[in-house]
Amino acid sequence: MIYLLQRLGRTTCNSLAKTGRSAFFLAHGLSGVTDIALRPYLLIKQLYSVGVLTLLIITISGLFVGMVLGLQGYYTLSDFGAEESLGVMVAASLVRELGPVVSALLFAGRAGSALTAEIGLMKATEQLSGMEMMAVDPIKRIISPRLFACILSVPLLAAIFSSIGVIGGHLVGVGMLSVDEGAFWSQMQSNIDFYDDIVNGIIKSVVFGFMVAWIALFEGYDAVPTSEGVSRATTRTVVNSSFSVLALDFILTALMFGDI
Amino acid sequence: MIPSMEKRGQPQNIVSIKNLSFSRHDRKIFDDISLQIPRGKITAIMGPSGTGKTTLLKLIGGQIKADQGEIKVDEQAIGELSLSGLYALRKKMGMLFQSGALLTDLTVYDNVAFPLREHTRLTESMIRTLVLMKLQAVGLRGARDLMPNQLSGGMARRVALARAIALDPTMIMYDEPFTGQDPISMGALLHLIKTLNNTLGLTSIIVSHDVQETAAIADYIFILANGKIVDQGTPPQIADTQSDWVKQFMGGDADGPVRFHYPAPDYADDLLMLGK
Repeated sequence: MIYLLQRLGRTTCNSLAKTGRSAFFLAHGLSGVTDIALRPYLLIKQLYSVGVLTLLIITISGLFVGMVLGLQGYYTLSDFGAEESLGVMVAASLVRELGPVVSALLFAGRAGSALTAEIGLMKATEQLSGMEMMAVDPIKRIISPRLFACILSVPLLAAIFSSIGVIGGHLVGVGMLSVDEGAFWSQMQSNIDFYDDIVNGIIKSVVFGFMVAWIALFEGYDAVPTSEGVSRATTRTVVNSSFSVLALDFILTALMFGDI
Repeated sequence: MIPSMEKRGQPQNIVSIKNLSFSRHDRKIFDDISLQIPRGKITAIMGPSGTGKTTLLKLIGGQIKADQGEIKVDEQAIGELSLSGLYALRKKMGMLFQSGALLTDLTVYDNVAFPLREHTRLTESMIRTLVLMKLQAVGLRGARDLMPNQLSGGMARRVALARAIALDPTMIMYDEPFTGQDPISMGALLHLIKTLNNTLGLTSIIVSHDVQETAAIADYIFILANGKIVDQGTPPQIADTQSDWVKQFMGGDADGPVRFHYPAPDYADDLLMLGK
């Protein structure tokens, strides 16, 4: 019994301490914005490695998700004779939910895990320590560009995901299932609101990008510098960021679209 | 040592540590130790693995904070410096990590240029000249376009050394520079450490357990064990030590005050399971 209590106490203390460390880490990372302004090439390099290199998985997944939406939506809507609303259904689900959420989950798997492993290995091979001894702040030099690159690229990736998804839905709905093309586009145009749907979707993906970047970078920076420690940290990144993306999605949806 | 390199008015000791204590996870790593590191000399800190030799270098570099006591580098107390003050002081220190700690995404050239680009506003052509000079000093001018993963362990350490002297520091700390080196790279490193120290007027601190090699170039030796300084002196003084422990350590004997066997019940009893 006492042992269990001790364990509970230790776990609580450890997780509180970790939360505190991660908050300081984030503040320090965000303060690196001035250094990025002086050296934009650091940010551009990271935009390429976290953003551009994630593009392939985002476009292909977006296409298939859109196609599935077109197919499933058609079967459901045709029961009610409302096939013409397929365009709205596909676009609304993508822009409001699937675009931000699925692209953030894919981003966590593709770029987040890579970031954790990279930072963790830099720590294990004393590169971060070496920078500190060369009087270069590793958080500002290594972490900040990656943090801002994630915050900038996730909304863009989500937008691309949604656009490609709409094309996928069109391909299946109009191309294969002969939904009227005019109705597909015009219903989408009249029913998707710029502020309610698109802006809210962008806000969601900015928040998700921020969350995934924070978790991935902190897990890497805080990793135990051994091969086992880095592998555990990488797993934690994918698990924790997927979990927080989904949980935050619920909270944000409730705030944006619900009457809670 | 070149006497003219010792500027007048500068205190004789570049690092002075007073009553330092440090523990990690309830284990005492340093227990009230004091030591002085003289300017312009090669000082070796030796001791068995796990005695916190690397920790001592990290304490001197201000990467971790001491629990008690005072560490002064160049008359500045490390514990009381602000982060920017600490970074300013670190520009005067070079550190050679055991792994080399080269940035793996940059070439040899860019690794050596890294501190110059971060801390100076020199033109690229000036940086090129300086980088080539530093690489020439370690004999790797021809390897400038290689990536760190194409270098052997000894070469990586020499590149790291070129990077450590890029900003012309007044002090270099070497963390286990000889571990895992073949005799030729070992000879090259020994020669480099000695000549750099003499020609650039540096102060060198070598942390090592390669006893013979380190003793060959050191001017003064501290031996650490169990959180204490167990012996100190010039290499001949250490060689004539009265302490059995230091004799065993310097000679590398398998058995002595430090037993070969980890404490265990009697061997015969154990085999016959009489103890259980």
